[in-house]
Amino acid sequence: MKRKIPVLITFVVGSVLILSVFFPPIETWGEDFSIFFDIIAVFAFFLGGGNLLRIHTKKAIKRQKDWGFSIVTVLGFIIMLIAGLFKVWNDGGIAGDVAAPGSLFQMMYNWIFTPLGATMYALLAFFVASASYRAFRAKNVGATILLVASFIILLGRTPLGTYVTGWIPKSLSIFNIPDLAIWIMTAPNLAGQRAIMIGIALGVVSMSLRLILGVERTYLGVDNE
Amino acid sequence: MSNLGLIISLLIIGAGLLWLLIRSLQGKEVERRIIFLFIGLAVSVPLLFNITFSEKATPIVKALYDKIDNLPEGSNILLSFDYGPTMAPEVQPMSDVLIRHVLAKNHHLFLMGLWATGQSLGAEAVDRIIKGDFPEKIDGIDFVNIGYKAGNQGVLNVIVTDFRKLYATDVGGRDLDSLPIFNGIKSLKDMDLLISVGGGFPGVKEWVQFAGDPGNVPTGGGSAAVSAPLLYPYYPRQMLGLMGGIKGAAEYESEFKRHYERFKDMPEPGVKMMGPQTLAHLVIMAFIVIGNLSYFFGKKGKQS
Amino acid sequence: MKDYHRPQLLFQIFILPLVVILSLTSALTAQEQPVIPADSIIHIPAPTSNVVAVDYVYDRGETVELTWNLSPDDTIGGRIDGYELTRIEQSTGKMDTLEVIPAGISYYKDDKLTHGHKYAYLIRSVYFGAKSSPVSSNIITPSIEIINWRLANLFAIAFILCGSVIYFIAHAKKGKKLFIRKIAGLEAIDEAIGRATEMGRPILFVPGINDMDDVQTIAGITLLSRVAKVVADYDIRINMPVSRSLVMTTARETIKEAYIGAGRPDAYNDDMVRYITDEQFGYVAAVDGIMVRDKPATCFYLGAFFAESLILAETGNSIGAIQIAGTAQPAQLPFFVAACDYTLIGEELFAASAYLSNEPKQLGSLKGQDVGKFVAMIAIVIGVLIATLAELTGSSSLENLSEFMNRLFTIVS
Repeated sequence: MKRKIPVLITFVVGSVLILSVFFPPIETWGEDFSIFFDIIAVFAFFLGGGNLLRIHTKKAIKRQKDWGFSIVTVLGFIIMLIAGLFKVWNDGGIAGDVAAPGSLFQMMYNWIFTPLGATMYALLAFFVASASYRAFRAKNVGATILLVASFIILLGRTPLGTYVTGWIPKSLSIFNIPDLAIWIMTAPNLAGQRAIMIGIALGVVSMSLRLILGVERTYLGVDNE
Repeated sequence: MSNLGLIISLLIIGAGLLWLLIRSLQGKEVERRIIFLFIGLAVSVPLLFNITFSEKATPIVKALYDKIDNLPEGSNILLSFDYGPTMAPEVQPMSDVLIRHVLAKNHHLFLMGLWATGQSLGAEAVDRIIKGDFPEKIDGIDFVNIGYKAGNQGVLNVIVTDFRKLYATDVGGRDLDSLPIFNGIKSLKDMDLLISVGGGFPGVKEWVQFAGDPGNVPTGGGSAAVSAPLLYPYYPRQMLGLMGGIKGAAEYESEFKRHYERFKDMPEPGVKMMGPQTLAHLVIMAFIVIGNLSYFFGKKGKQS
Repeated sequence: MKDYHRPQLLFQIFILPLVVILSLTSALTAQEQPVIPADSIIHIPAPTSNVVAVDYVYDRGETVELTWNLSPDDTIGGRIDGYELTRIEQSTGKMDTLEVIPAGISYYKDDKLTHGHKYAYLIRSVYFGAKSSPVSSNIITPSIEIINWRLANLFAIAFILCGSVIYFIAHAKKGKKLFIRKIAGLEAIDEAIGRATEMGRPILFVPGINDMDDVQTIAGITLLSRVAKVVADYDIRINMPVSRSLVMTTARETIKEAYIGAGRPDAYNDDMVRYITDEQFGYVAAVDGIMVRDKPATCFYLGAFFAESLILAETGNSIGAIQIAGTAQPAQLPFFVAACDYTLIGEELFAASAYLSNEPKQLGSLKGQDVGKFVAMIAIVIGVLIATLAELTGSSSLENLSEFMNRLFTIVS
């Protein structure tokens, strides 16, 4: 019974979501189910937040390995929560907008959260270089073609591509590196991406049907029968 | 002094790469921290010494530029801020130069956003660019910010027939009907050009699919480099032009500056960032060559 | 002599001052009045004609489309501002003024109706407050359609795809062996976990950053079930930082069941699965920290990833871990392919559960999926040929055929 009910719910909700596309009388049922999920996810946040606080508080109290990071985590969580809930330094007081200019929440967002996010994003520049160094090796024909294409794209995305091949006449403009770079991205690259996307869409259909029909039940923690 | 610093820096980078090249011929791999160091230098040297390159607009960027330039004065142009703070360094230069171009041509500028962060980015652009460079422009007459509404492409489905079904006021709380700029404007179909700047969802693709194409309104865009390839198929029929990545922004800035003498001193963040991008790409290409050499010479060494 | 000058005197004493006073008064009050074109006070715009209300098909009976002929005054520079629409609900007689449609437009969609109720519409041309006589539409009852026939092509395609998957699931029960090609990433799972056992280091499992409503996350959790079984058997530590609370509860159940199945319920600990944060870069910063401190021997990245994919993969590479990744985000696949040892590309992630279980029913679904791919390939080849020939020859029949194929695979909402 413990396993049958979730499978039944999956079957009903999955079927309704598919059929609501084709049958207007039940069109809103699909939207309602999506909203139900959002509501459940919001309540589930209390579990996640509680788990975070419990683990890090325990770690800090027991002085386990790396407990210093746990103090920072807990403090950050609590300060941001208080700043947002009680609208600290907001002109409009507790009834004002949580992200009002000058509020502590907005200041922490602008001066701590945004720069930290941008810093993590900036790591990609370094990691792209180290990944390219390791990955673009001419081990075989396919890898060599990839290597040549990467050189064209790297040059084409800079002014150097124009300097090097800008003299090429318009009739042979495909050999102009920036144009060639755009062609590589919009023809072979996009064709490959679309092929993968078609495969993914079919994979999603197959996986979804297995879930709806109850053939796939490992996400419930049971073996499929 | 700054030229001396530039020459020394480039010499250090060149010498370092040469040393690594020699090591690679001996079959030795490069440690990743060395790669990070060179990338750090490649990005910071052009910024410190202000190395820039002149850009020529490619046809896809020029198409968008020409559209704004050739529209009759007083045309209605809508600009949507569809990005957040993490994407801002790459796409903000696009929205900045577009705002300058639209107002320099004395068009009417409508600002909005399909992202929640779009509203504050639009407000910040008004403060920084419009009040700074165009103090004569009046809010509500020459430009207006109607802000953000939740609903992603659902918002476009509504405002393509009627703005007022979703937007009753601008961000300042003023009734749209009281604003002269909104006289005769009922929906997106009354716009002469729609432009979306962003790189995620919703973005340029949604504007093309749910507003430009069904409403038959010319649509252009500015997109992060990683999302641009997915938009090229829409060019030129459904999307008249696109700035792809920071290079697209740099091309547009160069084109704009070339034709508008008044803005010869304007900041060019796109052009400025092409310096680091160019040098970083060269360094990456050098490392790819070095990596291949160390791979082949390392293999030969093992075989012998 | 006296009688001859009397009318002039009357004019000068009474009439002239009166005229002056009246002129001054009108001049003063004229500043307060809006400037109205001289002819608008008397001009009433011509009414429209042929107002037709039609039920909007394939909806829930809430929408009616209204069309009309433009007023003869609706020309460039014409004396008309627009058309005022009024809706009348027949049963109650309630009248609602909807809006004024600008001149030049002869279409309106009213989507605030109740199905089964009767409505009629009145349209008046307006010009500076002056309104024409109303023109009435027919009485219309919006009806609810059971089936949205506009999506017939989508239904046909879905029927073929879903039908083939279901057919092969049923067919596979009969015990016929199906060939599935080797997927290197899945073959390597046992080897990767074995490596962690030998080195005495933990395993890291990252299920992506989306919630349980994303099928990629579910695919990741189904693989977690397989991985957790082996982990429980080998008695090694698994570390699973997650980005969503619902994923945390689901993953805990999955791992707990795996430990119970391995006969080691006491070895299970809830803290194996920890919630970090919903925020993308906050999450990846925490996971990177865990990787650098704990130094897992094996890292699994199976689910939905975005910009953080390369950050995770490169960090895993720097600690020398063996990495198996799988995602259905096409933009992130190149990063995983470049940086990880094994990558499950798109549909391989969804096929993984079937592949590892080797159950006939699940393998049958993969075969059904292949039928869909075959149909897609045929349609692409035929469509490209027809479009190319139509372009080259200019043949109208080929163009019509190409247009038909376009419509066949286009979803009209």
